[in-house]
Amino acid sequence: MVVELHNVSVRYIIGDFKDIGIKEFVVRKIKGNYQVKEFWAVNDVSFSLDKGDLLGIIGTNGAGKSTLLKVITGIMVPTKGQVQVKGNVAALLELGAGFDGDLTVKENAYLRGAMLGYTRAFMNEKYEEIIAFAELEEFQDRPFKQLSSGMKSRLGFSIACLVNPDILILDEVLAVGDAAFRKKSEQKMMEIINRGATTILVSHSLEQVRRLCNKVLWLHKGKQVAFGEAEEVCNQYEEFIKKK
Amino acid sequence: MLLEKMKKHRFLFEELVKRDFKKKYKRTVLGVAWSMLAPLLTLLVMAVVFTQFFGRATPHYIIYIFAGNLVFFYYREATSGGMRALVDNSGIFTRVNVPKYIFLLSKNVSSLINFLLTLVIFFAFVAIDGIAFSFKFFLLVYPVVCLLVFNIGLGLILSALYLFFKDTQYLYELFTLMVMYLSAIFYPIDSFPNYLQQLFYLNPVFVYINYFRTIVIHNTVPSLSYHLLCAFYALFVLFIGGYIYKKYNYKFLYYV
Repeated sequence: MVVELHNVSVRYIIGDFKDIGIKEFVVRKIKGNYQVKEFWAVNDVSFSLDKGDLLGIIGTNGAGKSTLLKVITGIMVPTKGQVQVKGNVAALLELGAGFDGDLTVKENAYLRGAMLGYTRAFMNEKYEEIIAFAELEEFQDRPFKQLSSGMKSRLGFSIACLVNPDILILDEVLAVGDAAFRKKSEQKMMEIINRGATTILVSHSLEQVRRLCNKVLWLHKGKQVAFGEAEEVCNQYEEFIKKK
Repeated sequence: MLLEKMKKHRFLFEELVKRDFKKKYKRTVLGVAWSMLAPLLTLLVMAVVFTQFFGRATPHYIIYIFAGNLVFFYYREATSGGMRALVDNSGIFTRVNVPKYIFLLSKNVSSLINFLLTLVIFFAFVAIDGIAFSFKFFLLVYPVVCLLVFNIGLGLILSALYLFFKDTQYLYELFTLMVMYLSAIFYPIDSFPNYLQQLFYLNPVFVYINYFRTIVIHNTVPSLSYHLLCAFYALFVLFIGGYIYKKYNYKFLYYV
């Protein structure tokens, strides 16, 4: 087993605590209308993956897919249950986000590389390749905020796909850029997967999940509806969507 | 453990320091000069205004206020900058698994560099004012290290508070203003009665300023207990800040 989750639950809190000041906090506490709600973003999920498995996670918005990925990458800890992950994890979450608009494209590329745990020597070696793959040669010294959102995601993808991880986590990253780039990025992704990495993929494209994955996890409002062979679970999910 | 982590994240740390520096100075050569200008201008104004009142009774008055401004401006810049460390980098730590204190440390390094540049000018003033160089000056490394730890500790506390409560920023601005007036930057404290003088030592910023003055102006090494007091303040806030980060490490995520 490379990835193993045992009855994993994550409790999330939402409510008035965000973006308030001390003054408002005190006033609300006194008046008694300071409300914090708890809900289970991920509720009792268990599954395991072997080396080379390609898992697709499907479900409607708010199903807890992204939260589950954050648990597997270690950004969040589960409130209940255990997570076991063997090997190094590379997570590609929301590629276009987290860049700094004031820095140049080149500076951002290095910063992102550093965040993903690369070394400077590695970045020096691969930098040309990254820019070429992202097709941003003419933009290297431009401030990042001048780029279009498609360009941003392309850069994010190009840096991220250099990884050689044991476990690869992809959150909607195959929906990046125009059709031509999407094809190129999918090819690149398959290269990594074919090296034997265990892969977890979140996607809203059922067609893509069917084509790429051998296992599928279906989440609904945090709960695990089904986990199993891709074809079977996808069919169930399709029926569920039709009924709605 | 901590060293191991630092080694692992060294590249990220360096890139963050670079980023903070570049953003702060907006890529202008003058940028660095600007940030040193603030303490120097304050020094100038204070010297012009207050020499009349305190200058005659205080030996090396210019150095006296310079030491005050030097330490105070470093403290204020490092902590106000550190306060933003979590909020400004929330886009990063919600997506990548990195230790969250790394953002605060990088901010503190760029503030420290700035401080050290101003320190060079300080020593130039010391030389011009006719104070002979003494090997005791090397002891100033001690309060600088204490101040660095103090700023990091306070930054840990403030960055967490600022994430929870957005008005922390304004309250802290007021707080630093009060600290400025209570740190005896431009006035000597000997005119206060003895029991009031003791109260000044409750203010860590004053304690560090006073260490500088004792060494540079009076050419005297502070007592052992004074050294312990310096270390106590630094470690005390670091402990509280470290505790908050440990406790809320995974909860910070909910607030962004």
